[in-house]
Amino acid sequence: MNTHPAFHPLARVLHWTMAVLILAMLFIGVGMVSTVSSKHTWLLAIHKPLGIAILVLAIIRLGVRLRFRAPPLPADMPASMQWVAHASHWVLYALMFAMPLIGWAMLSAGGYPVTILHGWPLPPLVPAHGALFGWLRLAHGVLAYVFFLAILGHMGAALYHGLIRRDDVLPSMSFPRREPSPPQMSDAPATTQASAVGTALPEQPPEAQPAGDPASPGQGDAG
Amino acid sequence: MLALGVAFSYTAGWLAPSRLSAQRIVDALQQNAGWHPGYRRNHAKGVCVSGYFESNGAAAAYSVARVFAQGRTPVIGRLAIPGGNPAAPDDSSPVRSLALRFDLPGGEQWRTGMNNMPVFVVATPQAFYEQLLAARPDPATHKPDPARLAAFFAAHPETGPFLAWAKTTRPSASFATQSYYGLDAFYFIDAAGRKHPVRWRVAPETADHTDAPAGPPSKDDLTDDLDRRLAQGPLRWHLLVTLGAPEDPTNDATRVWPAERPTIDAGTLVIEHAQDQASGPCRDVNYDPTVLPHGIAISDDPLLAARASAYADSYRRRTGEEAHVPGSAPAADATKASQP
Ligand code: HEM
Ligand code: HEM
Ligand code: HEM
Repeated sequence: MNTHPAFHPLARVLHWTMAVLILAMLFIGVGMVSTVSSKHTWLLAIHKPLGIAILVLAIIRLGVRLRFRAPPLPADMPASMQWVAHASHWVLYALMFAMPLIGWAMLSAGGYPVTILHGWPLPPLVPAHGALFGWLRLAHGVLAYVFFLAILGHMGAALYHGLIRRDDVLPSMSFPRREPSPPQMSDAPATTQASAVGTALPEQPPEAQPAGDPASPGQGDAG
Repeated sequence: MLALGVAFSYTAGWLAPSRLSAQRIVDALQQNAGWHPGYRRNHAKGVCVSGYFESNGAAAAYSVARVFAQGRTPVIGRLAIPGGNPAAPDDSSPVRSLALRFDLPGGEQWRTGMNNMPVFVVATPQAFYEQLLAARPDPATHKPDPARLAAFFAAHPETGPFLAWAKTTRPSASFATQSYYGLDAFYFIDAAGRKHPVRWRVAPETADHTDAPAGPPSKDDLTDDLDRRLAQGPLRWHLLVTLGAPEDPTNDATRVWPAERPTIDAGTLVIEHAQDQASGPCRDVNYDPTVLPHGIAISDDPLLAARASAYADSYRRRTGEEAHVPGSAPAADATKASQP
């Protein structure tokens, strides 16, 4: 059974790396389609390989997520809120897969080479078909805005947990709390539970560590 | 979060509606010509052609692009006249165009759009846009206001070489007799990784005077002429690549390079078939000149990025109209200026 109330370090590294990359992609996307300057060219040249990289990372991340269960949400969260939290995570996963796949399929439908490595285009995902391009292009644009709004909502929720509820949710994805230590851990009961993962970064899988390593000083409160 | 939202809107251009964008250029094209769903927003009237390029290997020393190795590369092309009106008469402009998509082995492509004049009208997307505004048809006469156009040209001396060409060029009665110029500069990249500035054009084997009709072409003479000629056999052009010297401008399509620059004949473009653009293989192709194979690269010509961006927007609109996606009809004001 899973007794680790924090996300696996690999899950955390992936989460934050991809958060930065995806936000960058949304900005690159809307920037490049509007500009007529030379930025169009180099933004597009970043957009395609980076989008495919996000697809690869999303596959790895889904594997990590299924292999290492996510920590439970705080028990005092209403069931409806927990449901929304889980549903929103799967929506985010769906978009992490959908956006790059649609991008790739869209270029295939438009009859374009899907250039990632110069000179070696990816194979087409779907046959060239103008009307299909029309639909996929619309979907890529609309879902990009849905993605952006979903991320804003997700961020809002994370900050609500971190700043208002001050529970374990934000630390479980950032710098997991350790065993209560003198300086700031007054909300001890919740944190005791949350102290599974030792150092914040990935060298060691959490399983390798005894739950609640009492020796570590509490340094990483909710980043 | 608010900051993120604002930054996003800014990047998307929503907070700066006066910034020149692909959408504004394409809106202007659409306003000048009227809304013709499913058609290209410029060079709307045209015909699909197909055939192949037979490379003789002569350009392979300058570019590693596989299209220049000796042998054949299939080509899907389009011959057209400028403007956003798919029913424009063929003598409405002396400009004719040829766009080509070379399908290289391994899924690579080379796309190019060429015009039959040796220089482009303007050097920058901003000037292109201003020209569109100056050429907007007067709602009363359905014709551009000559005074506004004259004022535009006077304010843009770089248009001089194009105007000189336009003044002396009669609208040709055949697509087959024209040379088509890539106009923008590019780089060829050779096996040692060296970059060679180039411009290319295709020059016809068909001479200008063969069975040219007496007058200028009327409504649809160009496609009739093309069909007549193709019924007798394929049409041929030579792909001529001019090598620029370091001092030649790569960022200004209004200036020709000196005539003494070396030119390579890279092979023969052979056009065998023509097909209606409504059902032919060129319909759903965006001849974006920045879709290039390994071995050819864009230059610093500011028209290139603008073309890529504007062609993509035109392509998004017309494929969306083809698919009848929601929102594919333009806002009311963009349809107001109607056909002549
Ligand atoms: C592109 C942006 C983002 C995406 C796509 C994203 C996606 C996700 C997903 C799918 C999860 C579920 C856990 C997993 O399987 O990895 C998650 C969890 C989490 N995210 Fe994000 N995230 C993004 C940005 C952010 C930001 C900016 C914050 C903080 C301000 C944040 C805070 C969190 C927290 C605290 C959790 C843990 C929630 C829990 O315990 O259930 N995320 N995120
Ligand atoms: C997480 C992945 C991705 C995100 C977040 C993303 C986001 C975006 C956004 C926001 C736009 C502008 C849409 C608009 O304003 O209408 C865009 C356009 C575009 N995207 Fe993506 N994208 C992703 C993946 C990809 C991939 C993998 C490809 C191709 C391999 C791709 C190809 C394109 C192209 C070609 C355009 C411009 C289309 C045009 O000019 O008509 N995208 N993308
Ligand atoms: C900033 C400058 C330019 C803009 C904004 C512009 C805009 C456009 C647009 C929107 C289209 C329709 C594309 C489509 O829907 O597929 C088009 C077509 C075309 N343009 Fe341009 N253009 C520019 C410069 C040039 C130049 C310099 C050339 C010649 C070298 C050129 C040659 C062509 C040709 C040949 C076509 C027709 C392609 C076809 O047959 O599908 N354009 N242009």
